[in-house]
Amino acid sequence: MADLPHDTDPQLPPAEVADVMPPHAHSWWSHYVFSQDAKYIAIQYSGTAIAIGLVGLVLSWLMRLQLGFPGIFDFITPDAYYQFITMHGMIMVVYLLTAVFLGGFGNYLIPLMVGARDMVFPFVNMLSFWIYLLAVLVLVASFFAPGGPTGAGWTLYPPQAILSGTPGGAQSGIILMLVSLILFIIGFTMGGLNYVVTVLQARTRGMTMMRLPLTVWGIFTATVMALLAFPALLVAAIMMLFDRLLGTSFFMPALVELGETLSYGGGSPIAFQHLFWFFGHPEVYIVALPAFGIVSDLLAVHARKNVFGYRMMVWAIVGIGALSFIVWAHHMYVSGMHPYFGFFFATTTLIIAVPTAIKVYNWVLTLWKGDIHLTLPMLFALGFIVTFVNGGLTGLFLGNVVVDVPLSDTMFVVAHFHMVMGVAPIMVILGAIYHWYPLMTGRMLNQAMGHFHFWITFIGAYAIFFPMHYVGLVGVPRRYYEIGEPAFMTTPVEGLNAFITVAALTVGAAQMVFLFNLYWSSRHGRVAGSNPWKATTLEWLTPVVPPEHGNWGDDLPLVYRWAYDYSLPGAPEDYIVQTDPGPKAPTAGPL
Amino acid sequence: MVIAIVLVLIVVGSVAFHMLSPWWWTPIASNWGYIDTTLVVTFWITGIVFVMVVLFLAYCVFAFRHREGHKAVFDPENKRLEVWLTVITAIGVAALLVPGLFVWKQFVTVPDNATEVEVVAQQWSWNYRLPGEDGRLGTSAVEHISDENPLGINPFDRFGKDDVIIEGGELYLPKGQPVKMLLRSIDVLHNYYVPEFRAKMDMVPGMVTFYWFTPTRIGEFEVLCAEFCGTAHGFMRGDVYVVSPEEYQEWLSEQDTFADYAAAAKPEQDTQIAHNSQP
Repeated sequence: MADLPHDTDPQLPPAEVADVMPPHAHSWWSHYVFSQDAKYIAIQYSGTAIAIGLVGLVLSWLMRLQLGFPGIFDFITPDAYYQFITMHGMIMVVYLLTAVFLGGFGNYLIPLMVGARDMVFPFVNMLSFWIYLLAVLVLVASFFAPGGPTGAGWTLYPPQAILSGTPGGAQSGIILMLVSLILFIIGFTMGGLNYVVTVLQARTRGMTMMRLPLTVWGIFTATVMALLAFPALLVAAIMMLFDRLLGTSFFMPALVELGETLSYGGGSPIAFQHLFWFFGHPEVYIVALPAFGIVSDLLAVHARKNVFGYRMMVWAIVGIGALSFIVWAHHMYVSGMHPYFGFFFATTTLIIAVPTAIKVYNWVLTLWKGDIHLTLPMLFALGFIVTFVNGGLTGLFLGNVVVDVPLSDTMFVVAHFHMVMGVAPIMVILGAIYHWYPLMTGRMLNQAMGHFHFWITFIGAYAIFFPMHYVGLVGVPRRYYEIGEPAFMTTPVEGLNAFITVAALTVGAAQMVFLFNLYWSSRHGRVAGSNPWKATTLEWLTPVVPPEHGNWGDDLPLVYRWAYDYSLPGAPEDYIVQTDPGPKAPTAGPL
Repeated sequence: MVIAIVLVLIVVGSVAFHMLSPWWWTPIASNWGYIDTTLVVTFWITGIVFVMVVLFLAYCVFAFRHREGHKAVFDPENKRLEVWLTVITAIGVAALLVPGLFVWKQFVTVPDNATEVEVVAQQWSWNYRLPGEDGRLGTSAVEHISDENPLGINPFDRFGKDDVIIEGGELYLPKGQPVKMLLRSIDVLHNYYVPEFRAKMDMVPGMVTFYWFTPTRIGEFEVLCAEFCGTAHGFMRGDVYVVSPEEYQEWLSEQDTFADYAAAAKPEQDTQIAHNSQP
């Protein structure tokens, strides 16, 4: 390092941490199984998450079959139905979305994008994955346990979650669920500390915080939030486990269950809801913020234009992250908590709409006067904007306390949160995979299969969830095994439900084409070469593609500019990589 | 190109579905028309924003699509524009929030002339309790619950003796009379939800929650449980009738009181003992 001419470059501050090569793998086992390389761990995380996500997908098919065609499928009993919806929700929110964004993209992209050789604690990083895998296995085991998995709804509200009127409540289903969550949180904490410390301490020389790509800002902020939010779920899970196994009464008041007086007394079911949503609301943004960050980068690269209002985007991410800790009780407007809380939480909830709206404006303004290449990542990014705007706006209904009253606990809520934290982030995940697949494998994903996948997924998902809002507006509660044709319905929703089911089956099937594409293109895809999208950020600048162990060969990259020097006036090409020491654009300011 | 057209079609299709499809809320039967109004205002404001943002997006995708020789404009920040957008958004959000909070204030402020009705939920049926001639409900607790005292009314509370008990039956309410629904559960969470009344509140074991409304339309309405309560949640339904005050009085006079329950339980208990004592 010392001999390099730009090592003495006065533009760059000295490195804070000495450049150390992470430990090399010595055997097949430590290379391919117990790997300590963040890139390999990322793929292990993502592969496991996608595998359990497929289970969640199949569960959604089963529940939609019941709702669309009630009475046809005998094996879907009420018990089974509630087990399907519970496991679908929990798998998708925690074991798929959280794991893919943080464990998957976080592990792969953070070290590469900040110019580090690896995460700062590679061994702990490896443990993080194996504990996550254990959590998934415990979750899967509950499907085979006597009584099956819990059917308490993904929110696991006591008292019903641990009583016999709920599937898995009096058997082992709920126990395995809680144990699995506890394991997940332990595993996540190990990974999360790694991501945070790596971003703060292991950035290469010249990579200031305000030069980080928004992807890193999104993942970093989400991880900090997760480290603060998951402990609330951890204690709630432990306390409920005690209530279930040891007979404590943290969440259990005196009650008579099916004619029998139980020995509980004095506990508060609402206390659980506060703990759950103190975790649960930040969790929404734990999924959303990495998506916000990634989609900003996809838009910039594929529109050949700088992200509009970068500093505002960073502060919006941080502001949303902070505000999301004081809005949790908007999930509880009709829970029976003191009604005056409604004033406070409605106000904070609607305030959070402002930084969120700013982000949307800036994405659209990034496209304004851009040079938009309609690549697959760009298409998915556009799909994200549409579904996120739609789902965000319906949040203004549910956040405004009195408007929430008629809509709460109806299918409107289900439609809202699927649009905003299901479809929209998954659009980003898919776009991101199309974008970074060439980096991970050295080959491009097949275009024809990709376009088929995009159109079915985008239009199909909109066709599932847009009409579902109106099922809720009619008055159909969520978590109903069968609604029938009650007199309050001016128009029966049967036909609409059948339509939604057909759309859901189709969208699910299209994901199989995507999975096949992942496999097929790894062998037969067009060879990508290095930096196929002509991006500016460090992950595309490794000496070898796909990046090898240690990422950077002999010397760490040095950073001279922000991540968005696209289409700079007077520059010979329409992008300048972050390591280029050439003159900065006069308008780029302090970045 | 195709994506720009599809974005426009999504806007047109969404608006058309909203305007033309037959799926809309059930006609209201309570005083909470304000809630409906707030909801419609929210639909308009958010709808306009959705249409504008997505159409603008479609325009950008069309106008700035990649063509040979085309180059993007380098444009990192624009303080004026960003401040303006922030201010306009804040005003729009405040316009939604402020009326909403005023209506919420009404929703949580029970008028003095409201009569009380207690709903007691259990897996998976609805019970009711109405104050008797003294106009007061007696106290209650889970430990008093037995076959003769299904709602757990305190047997030592004199106000409870004349309370009217409706076990697993239908509720009648007089039209035009504000009513405070006292919501109680003896096992798990439930939620007393009648779509036509627009109001909703969880019932939590160990505490009493409430909401109030004035029935404004005579008719039969279906009660649904709106908080997941176990396997038969989707089947936990009931009926509530809004009737004229005269018809209500007639119905009320036919119902059993807690004292009737206690009296009826005695002989039954005796026969039970007699039955058991046979060899």
